Amino acid sequence: MTNPPHFKGFRPIGLPEENSPIVLNFEEYESIRLSDFELYGQVEAAQIMEISRPTYARIYESARRKVAQAFILGKAIVFEGGKVYFDSDWYSCNSCGCWFNHPAKETEIKNCALCGSRDIAQYNDISQQETNDDICICPNCGTEKEHTLGVPCHKEICPSCNYQMIRKGAPLHHSIRGNNGKEI
Amino acid sequence: MKVAITSTGNSPDATLDNRFGRCSFFVVFDTDTQATEFIPNPNKENIEGAGQASVQLVASRGVKKVVSGEFGAKVKSIFDSLQIQLVVLNDPEKKIREVIELLNRINN
Repeated sequence: MTNPPHFKGFRPIGLPEENSPIVLNFEEYESIRLSDFELYGQVEAAQIMEISRPTYARIYESARRKVAQAFILGKAIVFEGGKVYFDSDWYSCNSCGCWFNHPAKETEIKNCALCGSRDIAQYNDISQQETNDDICICPNCGTEKEHTLGVPCHKEICPSCNYQMIRKGAPLHHSIRGNNGKEI
Repeated sequence: MKVAITSTGNSPDATLDNRFGRCSFFVVFDTDTQATEFIPNPNKENIEGAGQASVQLVASRGVKKVVSGEFGAKVKSIFDSLQIQLVVLNDPEKKIREVIELLNRINN
């Protein structure tokens, strides 16, 4: 997860303090942040949290139920850690040429961790995300197509020979290639 | 603040070790007292888990920053959860003395 909340929770107004608050895990907080604040789709949000889409749906549903419970029953909400670690970003220094990360999110980074230079830049790992994309392949003619998230490869139709496509590198791929793609 | 630097030898004239988990020595440098301590890496010959074991070693010394040439895939998340900063310096010619000089410059 990327951004921890910078406060510990919520309390209802006008009620005496209760000692049975609802515990909202960080991953549940993060799912609400991604779905309802950043307005990501579930598939995208699941990718950001590096979990599967069904797992994401489960976490998100649990999060909403807990928030609803707290609202209706007038309970406090406390954020607490689940199985998460806070990913840190990489920075590069243009003065000494080093790379460094910044695990303490609360403080802003201004200087290089090694030489103290102010000439630093944040590093965005875009190239790696692009190479991770999956590819659909036609078992008949070998045409490759970028996999569309949420669309199973076997529902894609080959643009050149109208054959049913499959995921590249899947074990099925090789067995079908052996049959010259005549049968599935 | 304590900083760990991976070293190829046990003197300040040794060069920076490019590997983290299997480096020869860890130099623990205290920026407040200017004290350096050379620790031979007991995990150098490990078949697996050298990175994780080395994280435990430097974390037990109270280090807040680690300087090395490279870090393995498994250690970054451990360092993140321990709130230890990583510095990747891809310069095998760099001497430990020079790294310490750079670190001293931040405080002055």
